[in-house]
Amino acid sequence: MTLTREPEASSPPRPDRTGRKSALTYKHRLSRLDVKLSPYLYISPFFVLFGVVGLFPLVYTFVVSLNHWNLLSGPGEWVGFDNYAAELNDPLFWNSLFNTMSIFLLSSIPQLIAATFIAAVLDQNLRAKTFWRMSVLIPYVVTPVAVALIFSNMFSEQNGMINHLLSFVGVDPVMWKTDVFPSHIAIASMVNWRWTGYNALILLAAMQSVPRDIHESAALDGAGFFRRFFSITLPSIRPTMIFVIITATIGGLQIFTEPRLYDATTPTPGGAHRQFQTTVLYLWEMAFQRQNFGKASAVAFILFLIIVAFGVLNFLISQRIATTDSRTDVKSAKRVLRRKAAADREAALAASGAGEPVDSPPSSTLPTGAKEPRS
Amino acid sequence: MTGTLTPTPTEPVRPARPVKLRAEKNPAGRMKGHKGLGIDRRPGFLTYGILLALFLGGAYPLWWSVVVGSSSSSVLSQEWPPLLPGGQFWINVAAVFDTIPFWQALLNSVVVSTIITVSVVSFSTLAGYAFAKLRFRGSNGLMVFVVGTMAIPTQLGIIPLFILMRQFGWTGSVGAIIIPTLVTAFGVFFMRQYLVDVIPDELIEAARVDGANMITTFWNVAVPAARPAMAILSLFTFMMAWTDFLWPMIVSPQNPTLQVALSQLQSAKYVDYSVVLAGAVLATLPLLILFVLAGKQLISGIMAGAVKG
Repeated sequence: MTLTREPEASSPPRPDRTGRKSALTYKHRLSRLDVKLSPYLYISPFFVLFGVVGLFPLVYTFVVSLNHWNLLSGPGEWVGFDNYAAELNDPLFWNSLFNTMSIFLLSSIPQLIAATFIAAVLDQNLRAKTFWRMSVLIPYVVTPVAVALIFSNMFSEQNGMINHLLSFVGVDPVMWKTDVFPSHIAIASMVNWRWTGYNALILLAAMQSVPRDIHESAALDGAGFFRRFFSITLPSIRPTMIFVIITATIGGLQIFTEPRLYDATTPTPGGAHRQFQTTVLYLWEMAFQRQNFGKASAVAFILFLIIVAFGVLNFLISQRIATTDSRTDVKSAKRVLRRKAAADREAALAASGAGEPVDSPPSSTLPTGAKEPRS
Repeated sequence: MTGTLTPTPTEPVRPARPVKLRAEKNPAGRMKGHKGLGIDRRPGFLTYGILLALFLGGAYPLWWSVVVGSSSSSVLSQEWPPLLPGGQFWINVAAVFDTIPFWQALLNSVVVSTIITVSVVSFSTLAGYAFAKLRFRGSNGLMVFVVGTMAIPTQLGIIPLFILMRQFGWTGSVGAIIIPTLVTAFGVFFMRQYLVDVIPDELIEAARVDGANMITTFWNVAVPAARPAMAILSLFTFMMAWTDFLWPMIVSPQNPTLQVALSQLQSAKYVDYSVVLAGAVLATLPLLILFVLAGKQLISGIMAGAVKG
């Protein structure tokens, strides 16, 4: 940072001027200093604090991971990458990674599909719009801890509500906590329940920013609801979808609260056989129960690299899609606009008596200042 | 810390559709040819049926915890899950108060969330304003850095943070819970995106010509203009701080926040689910009240985040 730079080196004080003049230059100089330094002063609290509590711990995680480091006795000897080698050969680490991925996929894919569907349902000319939007957001205000307590009870193996309901349709009780796959489904369902409505609203906003004209002209050409959904809505909300996927990935790979509290009675966190122990849960156990900070830091750093890799991958894919998109989008938009212009001309002719000019400039020339989504 | 603060598309702003009120569409006689095409048609019963099902699905687990939380846990073994609350809510609540330090935890949560919110919103507004409206060397590079760090899982730095907190002797204190979340990259990004369009450069210049110095300009021009975005950012930051679990549990289990205390209900030897769910209901109430009061802002915040990006 250039905080210590002396910006007024170019204008040395001039003692030969009169007192009044030098007072002016002093004020002037003060004002210039103000202009130059203020931006750095305004951003420095963020950068200083973020450096201390955000970036430094991450870097230091790497340092800790290169040592034997016990929770109680503190730093031991330098071991290089031994902790990494040990973790990469530890089946428990791979087990946690498998569980994380499995729960992540079970929560993200159905969630994305459901959220898109819900957004499409909400993207209609509804009565009591705000009520319905609020109603899909109810689960979001229930904290993850409360969600975990509620669902852990509902998925209870003996007296759980879900197993009760299943018995009515003749399904045998499912071992929601003992078996690997059912427990993953149960944990994913907590995530899905809390986040689907939230993501649906994000996608809804994207859907509403699609120019209405395109829908109108497609409908004019005889495209029904489903055709319009797949040919217009889906392609145009793709950037937002990618965004939803990225945030779901960053959050999903760090899932902790739900598996931690899903079955708190077992001695090992994440199930008696670690059947739903996720990587952050494994990290936590390694650090605070097995008290091995060195290995836990290695796990944290590996997970960090995995998440960053996912982020870069997502970014590259979205760039790819964005560039191909803009090409096809422009083409199809032009086609649509041409058709629309023709349709409007026809409509203008048809609306014989009115004689009003149909004002429909191409949407690209309209002001694009819409800040709030249409409500 | 939990990554719950999410409405941040990294894509460039797409040209939003021009604001057009529905009412404007119809009078020109254009609607004539469009009738029956089904674009702005009122949806039928199927749509409302689906929405009702979603509403019930979203609300039922909550309702169910009210029902069980107000009964004795013997209702759990009934054949049919009960549909109406029982009369034991206050008995269960009393048991919650006996098991965990509820009021202390509630107070801790309020203090933690409030301080984090004030800190994040103030520093984000300051930095967001500088990035949006002031020219200085390195601003582009630093902004790219801010955007880049939004994708970094800072939560994974908990081990060094814990080592530091213990070294300073701060474990078990409210301060230790607060410190790692005093600023967020998302907040800076969010305020910058909002302010860049909202404040005209002329307004800042006019204030400068009138002799206002930089901080006066910020206070009298930027802050009033930023107020709506500050409100939304406050809402999200408060929720993020309120729901956080991993870090408070690690650094301060003996002086818990509400979420940590709630989780301790379940770690007793004999778990009475009615009591656990009564606790869950109690802990959900503050956010439900917030939701009823500020639900509209929450929705517009989520949706604005998606479009603005």
